[in-house]
Amino acid sequence: MLTLTDVKKTFNAGTINEKHALNGVSLDLDDGDFVTIIGGNGAGKSTTLNAIAGVWPIDSGSIIINGQNVVGMPEYKRARFIGRVFQDPMTGTAATMEIQENLALAKRRGQPRSLKWGITKKEREEFHELLKMLDLGLEDRMSSKVGLLSGGQRQALTLLMATLKKPDILLLDEHTAALDPKTAAKVLELSDRIIAENRLTAMMVTHNMAAAIKHGNRLVMMNNGRIIYDVKGKDKENLTVDILLEKFEQASGQKLDNDRMLFSKNAKE
Amino acid sequence: MDVLVTWLNQFANSLPGNISQGLIWGVLAIGVYITYKILDFPDLSVDGSVTTGAAVCAVMIINGVPVPLAMFFSFISGCLAGLCTGLMNALLGIPGILAGILTQIALYSVNLVIMGKANLPVSVDKYPLFVSSRHTATALGVGTVLPEVLKLLAVVVVIIAVLYWFFGTEYGFTIRATGCNANMSRAQGINTKKSTVVALVLSNGIVGLAGGVMVQYQGSADINMGRGAIVIGLAAVIIGDVLGRVILGKRFNFVARLAFTAVGAIIYFLVLSIVTIIGIPSEYNKLFSAVIVMIFLAVPYLRNTAKTSFRRAARNSVKMTSAGEISAEKGEGNADAD
Ligand SMILES: Nc1ncnc2c1ncn2[C@@H]1O[C@H](COP(=O)(O)OP(=O)(O)OP(=O)(O)O)[C@@H](O)[C@H]1O
Ligand SMILES: [Mg+2]
Repeated sequence: MLTLTDVKKTFNAGTINEKHALNGVSLDLDDGDFVTIIGGNGAGKSTTLNAIAGVWPIDSGSIIINGQNVVGMPEYKRARFIGRVFQDPMTGTAATMEIQENLALAKRRGQPRSLKWGITKKEREEFHELLKMLDLGLEDRMSSKVGLLSGGQRQALTLLMATLKKPDILLLDEHTAALDPKTAAKVLELSDRIIAENRLTAMMVTHNMAAAIKHGNRLVMMNNGRIIYDVKGKDKENLTVDILLEKFEQASGQKLDNDRMLFSKNAKE
Repeated sequence: MDVLVTWLNQFANSLPGNISQGLIWGVLAIGVYITYKILDFPDLSVDGSVTTGAAVCAVMIINGVPVPLAMFFSFISGCLAGLCTGLMNALLGIPGILAGILTQIALYSVNLVIMGKANLPVSVDKYPLFVSSRHTATALGVGTVLPEVLKLLAVVVVIIAVLYWFFGTEYGFTIRATGCNANMSRAQGINTKKSTVVALVLSNGIVGLAGGVMVQYQGSADINMGRGAIVIGLAAVIIGDVLGRVILGKRFNFVARLAFTAVGAIIYFLVLSIVTIIGIPSEYNKLFSAVIVMIFLAVPYLRNTAKTSFRRAARNSVKMTSAGEISAEKGEGNADAD
């Protein structure tokens, strides 16, 4: 489904701000894999997802989605294969457009846009049913501007938008980090449900080790622009936070001094 | 008292002319609305493209091209101006404001070349013009004036109808999304560079058409007729926006926004005429436009800061401490005191 081979990316090459963000990332995802990605600040998690999404061109390596090398495609063309939810709830939706208009935009992801109506009556009904599933009451506010929604509602909507047209890959970058714990748990559960129901291939970045262990069938740990630990199946199921911490020390040769990761060690969700 | 009556008379007499002017500039302002409000791109090409539209229309009419066709080409010439700004921005990475300024300056030469001289008369006596200010003089009576005003109103209505349709289409959605959130748009598969260019083309096309109507109404094309056009356009957009919000509140939908933009332009010209009637020389017109735009842009900001400003915080803080001291002296320690 998705194969990264030796992907490299350096930001600001040749300046004093030079940063080797990805130092040869290779990863092979099977159809239906749900990978959680952990790692300290600046490890290259977001950069990996951005490389897949095509936010900027990579320096070398290949990214193959569904048998097709997408390295030469700009972001808007790759959108055909990829659904995304971002950390900042503001990023994933158009605030000045209505809820139903946002959904209509998402339904046409990766398709050429014509001069037909941007949203049809049939779609309105379809969206009504879909929004009901979120159980947030949004189905009664379909013509409200998205800017009026709370962060959690916006993330739930973005998630729905990202999966409305079934993506080959779903990329979730700390998409619950900006939400309060209760809402975060809800959005996470919703993600789980949508991924399972649609049998999606997904990558989810999180700072929460417990969540990383609990969700998905595979776990990847990154450090310094490299994948330092990759576990799936039975081994993944038997993981504990302590094992993860130990693995991190072994693989990276350093103590995990990341406050956010230690902090979330004890977090429930 | 007598003065007031004369003023009122003058105002009433100039009403048809000002409404006509307002409708023509309303067309231009609707073009500005597309870039300024929908695309969130402050496009300064307008000063040039309105003159280009006028120049093209004038030269074509003088050379015997049918008036409707000449007006169509003023639209096309405006589109090309917008294309220049758009491509500079999308392909060469030149920031929007600068790209607009460059187009505007370049068009000054282009317009001179098109016109051949700085001022080009197109008299309504010689050509079958679409509209003319000659026909909106109050003295001519309702029978002559009204059809002229209605023709201009029809232009505005048609443009609003077309834009209502366009921005309701799949492609229209992509432009609105691009203006609102370019990152999200790309993630939804929208080529944001392309939609930016398309919006600039459409906007300047409408501005060019406004120029084509304007040149006929005024009876001549002038190389400087577009100077400050963007400010008048913005004034109309902003006045219309404030007014629409107040009058329609939640029902201030897309059609209403465009309609109120034209209303904003009319109000602008009515106010301008009042300013002229009370005796302020026309040299001050542009100063006046700038001040109107400044005031309308400043009001929302100032209203906001009036509620939460550092100065206010300091004042409240001082009040609190002095109140605290007083109550401490009295030995009451009233925490609830305001
Ligand atoms: N667009 C960019 N320009 C310059 N440097 C960048 C850019 N994007 C990322 N970086 C740098 O690349 C490194 C990896 O960043 P990345 O955002 O992938 O980290 P991360 O693993 O997602 O960390 P976090 O947990 O803080 O989100 C960082 O040093 C970051 O500063
Ligand atoms: Mg990140």
